[in-house]
Amino acid sequence: MLNFVDTVGEAVAGIQDGSTVMIGGFGNAGQPFELIDALMDCGATDLTVVNNNAGQGDQGLALLIKEGRVKKMICSFPRQSDSWHFDAKFRAGEIELELVPQGNLAERIRAAGAGIGGFFTPTGYGTMLAEGKETRFLDGKWQVFETPIHADVALIKALTADGKGNLVYRKTARNFGPIMAAAAKHSIVQVSEIVPTGGLDPEVIVTPGIYVNSIVKVA
Amino acid sequence: MSSATSIQTSDKPLGRDDLARLVARDISPGSFVNLGIGQPTLVSNYLEPEQNITLHTENGMLGMGPEATGDQIDGDLINAGKIPVTELPGASYFHHADSFAIMRGGHLDICVLGAFQVSATGDLANWHTGAPDAIPAVGGAMDLATGAKDVFVMMTLLTREGVSKLVESCSYPLTGIGCVTRVYTDKAVFLTGPDGVQVRETFGCSLEELQALVPVPLAAASA
Repeated sequence: MLNFVDTVGEAVAGIQDGSTVMIGGFGNAGQPFELIDALMDCGATDLTVVNNNAGQGDQGLALLIKEGRVKKMICSFPRQSDSWHFDAKFRAGEIELELVPQGNLAERIRAAGAGIGGFFTPTGYGTMLAEGKETRFLDGKWQVFETPIHADVALIKALTADGKGNLVYRKTARNFGPIMAAAAKHSIVQVSEIVPTGGLDPEVIVTPGIYVNSIVKVA
Repeated sequence: MSSATSIQTSDKPLGRDDLARLVARDISPGSFVNLGIGQPTLVSNYLEPEQNITLHTENGMLGMGPEATGDQIDGDLINAGKIPVTELPGASYFHHADSFAIMRGGHLDICVLGAFQVSATGDLANWHTGAPDAIPAVGGAMDLATGAKDVFVMMTLLTREGVSKLVESCSYPLTGIGCVTRVYTDKAVFLTGPDGVQVRETFGCSLEELQALVPVPLAAASA
């Protein structure tokens, strides 16, 4: 069911302790800062967070990590020049890390939304990130079995929604939004603009509204 | 040893920009190319419009233009290094799973990556030093190494301590196996593959002098 809500607080109110939360964004592009701030305020903790990174600077996901609300990160690139909050928690042994090659991360998220039980991929074969995983020689190369990543909730930033929850994004801020919307049981989307049903060209819609549960407009 | 002198194409080692210019010149017209973070990004400065190269950035774009400046800077338009960039006419945007399908599916002609080490058979180590206190971060390195038709590496031949980064087998954790086809360094261009290492050209040294620095057997590439 699709809900339009008035505040980011209402949008995230149902997120439970211990949830797996996908958060869109690559660096700051497409990161739904207002929804993450609301998640911080709502108090949910013991979270597993799926994101490409592990927070930048002193905002958004980085603050959620700093406040000890994240027990585990599933990501491809945690270490950056400004990932000091993650770095401190990791070195203190206070956060678990599942490191996933970026394309495997994206495809595992996609697989969850598409009902795929797992897939074989050449990426990572023979490396420490494939240790302990099933391998097969397929299609002329060695490949590694990877499993889907499901989530309870996705927090996504898009540009525009229509009355049916159809979404379009902006430039490289699209990144993980479409696949996370499909992979999570409940997708919460912040947008800059809501237009009436019929206000988006059906030919350019990126995320069909069937994947979207809650929409909130932020300034 | 006339072959040794004939492959020396410069009397001194190449600087970073000269090397980037050489890589750019070697990219076939019409190619789809991904340039890794760091030194490989310099290659974009030397691509000529008539080469008609399309740049891919793994965060979801084909047709990436030069770095953005001034009013062009837009937080929603960044490259894989999270640097603001511009879009060229004909650019396209797509989500992350599609972006990595472009790589994994073998649609990219060339990626250019940095490296800690490359082995004689083209194994690549470029994501993790393996140091016990290092926080590992892999990003798209393994996907790029595995997916592109040709993987070019750009690096200095020697570490600061003077040790060759072209090695018999990598001591750092691997990024991909047998994936590197060419290694561009300040002292030489190497062609790597199942048959070992061939040297295409040298800069500021002869093949014999180069061999003294590198612990794997070298042969001059046949022209």
